[in-house]
Amino acid sequence: MSKLTDKNSYTIIFSVIMVLVVGSLLAGVAQSLRERITENERFEKQQNILYAMGVNNNDGPSDVAFVPTDVVGEKFDTYIKRQLVIQGNEITEDPEAYLIDVKQEESRAKSNKDYQRRLPMFIGEKDGETVYIVPMRGSGLWDAIWGFMAIDTDFRVAGVFFDHAGETPGLGANIKERYFMDPFEGEALLDNGTFKGVTVAKGNNDPRNDRKEDHKVDALAGSTITGDGVTAMIRRDVALYIPHIKKLIEEQQ
Amino acid sequence: MDPLTDDNPITIQVLGICSALAITAELRASVVMAISVLAVMAIGNVVISLMRNVIPSKIRIIVQLIVVATLVILVDLILKAFAFELSKQLSVFIGLIITNCIIMGRFEAFALGNNPWHSLLDGIGNAAGYGIILVIVGFFRELLGSGTLFGYKVLGDSIEKTGLYALGYENNGFMVLSPMALIVIGIIIWVQRTRNKELIED
Repeated sequence: MSKLTDKNSYTIIFSVIMVLVVGSLLAGVAQSLRERITENERFEKQQNILYAMGVNNNDGPSDVAFVPTDVVGEKFDTYIKRQLVIQGNEITEDPEAYLIDVKQEESRAKSNKDYQRRLPMFIGEKDGETVYIVPMRGSGLWDAIWGFMAIDTDFRVAGVFFDHAGETPGLGANIKERYFMDPFEGEALLDNGTFKGVTVAKGNNDPRNDRKEDHKVDALAGSTITGDGVTAMIRRDVALYIPHIKKLIEEQQ
Repeated sequence: MDPLTDDNPITIQVLGICSALAITAELRASVVMAISVLAVMAIGNVVISLMRNVIPSKIRIIVQLIVVATLVILVDLILKAFAFELSKQLSVFIGLIITNCIIMGRFEAFALGNNPWHSLLDGIGNAAGYGIILVIVGFFRELLGSGTLFGYKVLGDSIEKTGLYALGYENNGFMVLSPMALIVIGIIIWVQRTRNKELIED
């Protein structure tokens, strides 16, 4: 009992000092790196949106290579023609719409019944074709999943991008792989005007998704819940945008 | 005692099993995890060893946890700022590393009672022992479960039915699920004890 380190007073003082040191160390590092991290996250959003519409640096058949960060700003301005924010019945243009935090908007709308969510939408143009890119967010098995879907004027999927916070590597994490994202291209979203979305289905037996009218893509073996999360995310979030896209297409004609 | 074989953290000390099951569906993930654990263990062991004479015994587990968590968060922040792509790939591992029992186990068993240099060696040795098992399990699980190694198709294309698949071979889907990882580790333990009878406890 005579050891200094066994005394209760020492223990308390040690804990206080340790907490102060660790707390300030982490806070200090986080603060000084915050700007860089925020900038990286901005680039990431731009890269993801461009990827969904097909603007990327893919070389091989399994690459998922984004536009490099030094040129992503200009490419974003070149390919994305308009950025809209839809709030209730109001549609405004906002050059920073891509920075809207979809997760925050969702939780605000959930906690406050009167709050109208801000829905960002991006109108891109590639090879003369107009695409409407919408964000989506949902839950996988362990944590959040999200992504962007590019929709063309025929209401077919022009491209997708998925990402996740903590799905199992080798299983759910494979929603980021080319072989899962590529088959979404060309899939029909509407069936006679009603929104059907895309279902990640087991037993579909169509690994290359040659059947584009069945609203299904093959599921990932061992990642059922993540796949179901993708289906739910598309069904819920993309559906919000369909009436607005319909209106925009009508205005164009 | 050699942490690479006779005192292997996974097969003999039976630590770190959870991450060994979760990560090893993919060989690349196994390698990344092994390297991350190596870095955290090496630095963590040294830090704890340097602090070993000032940590009050009653709260030592909490202190160890704080050291590991702080190290991992610092690495995560630095990666997010300077190597964003890499940090995206490692983000899933963060939780698994902090809770990896090998790290706390070696802090308790070794770093708290030995000097920094020996603790560093112990950390590296145990992480290497962990890494070897991870790579072996990951190799078999990815090869037999997905037909690929590091993402490269080595047995042919399962969709186009080329290579081995043309003969009717199919991927063993069960291999990518966790129970198979446990069975593979069990087989490794069996092989190891057959070759070295002294390891069998009775």
